[in-house]
Amino acid sequence: MYKATVNVTLRKSILDPQGKAAHHALTNLGLSDIKNVRIGKLIELNIDADSKDAAFDIAETACTKLLANEVMEDFEITIHEN
Amino acid sequence: MSANFGVIVFPGSNCDHDAYHALAHVMNAKAQFLWHKDTDLSDIDFLLVPGGFSYGDYLRSGAIARFSPIMQSVIDFARKGGPVLGICNGFQILLEAGLLPGAMLHNEQLRFVCKQTHLRCETSDTLFTRTIDKGEVLQLPVAHGEGNYVTDEDQLKKLQDNDQIVFRYCNSRGETTQEANFNGSVDNIAGICNEKRNVLGMMPHPERAVESILGSDDGKRIFESVLNELAAV
Repeated sequence: MYKATVNVTLRKSILDPQGKAAHHALTNLGLSDIKNVRIGKLIELNIDADSKDAAFDIAETACTKLLANEVMEDFEITIHEN
Repeated sequence: MSANFGVIVFPGSNCDHDAYHALAHVMNAKAQFLWHKDTDLSDIDFLLVPGGFSYGDYLRSGAIARFSPIMQSVIDFARKGGPVLGICNGFQILLEAGLLPGAMLHNEQLRFVCKQTHLRCETSDTLFTRTIDKGEVLQLPVAHGEGNYVTDEDQLKKLQDNDQIVFRYCNSRGETTQEANFNGSVDNIAGICNEKRNVLGMMPHPERAVESILGSDDGKRIFESVLNELAAV
């Protein structure tokens, strides 16, 4: 078994309204050193595969088909051995 | 023979009955519900993908509904030229299914917006707007949290060049101002069609505006155009 962690984030070119609102609130809290906030999703997948590469391929298919919308989102996959 | 309208019902759809009411009781059209597990669309002439919160908007609005069994049939129906209207969550589902280009972000102000809006019809060259003049202003309600339409510059230019922008948010005088663009959509976009012009997605709700006692009956204009078109076939 492998564990894949998938980070889904809005593409750099796309304004992130949630990140902007959180940034505004953080600034109000006095954390003015924080210059930018982007909010995304963390998705964990437990994958039954023969190899790390095979697990990556399965996770990648899951991302391109469903977990991320590549019109507006990027994704990053990390595979961990369980 | 009169055209047969199919209204798709996903778990979480909540404008399906409004759409059915508008079609069957107000427009006197032949309409039926289609469960999301149905796949046979052979006796359907027009598909309506209604609004709501299919699958609780989990992951992204429309993302899970897009893989319902009926969706492959919807895609085949649309590719063969069958007319499809997606309203609100229905629009989001059509985007996720790749029948229309682009995607939806949270509204710019992060608030769910439920109010009457004005739309300017930008083209009469679709079966949905054939009987509406270009530049005419319709008043229709919106109710959504994720209607901030986004697409890259190349795709936007394609939409503009191909006359695929069907409705833009505007004020009551028909001016597409920034204030009228309450959700932050690129180019004030409220509705677009595909290149073949048989698939329309729009965020405002024509099916909720078919009786003047409920604030507006401008939504009838769209259904009138469709019925007119289907009767002519």
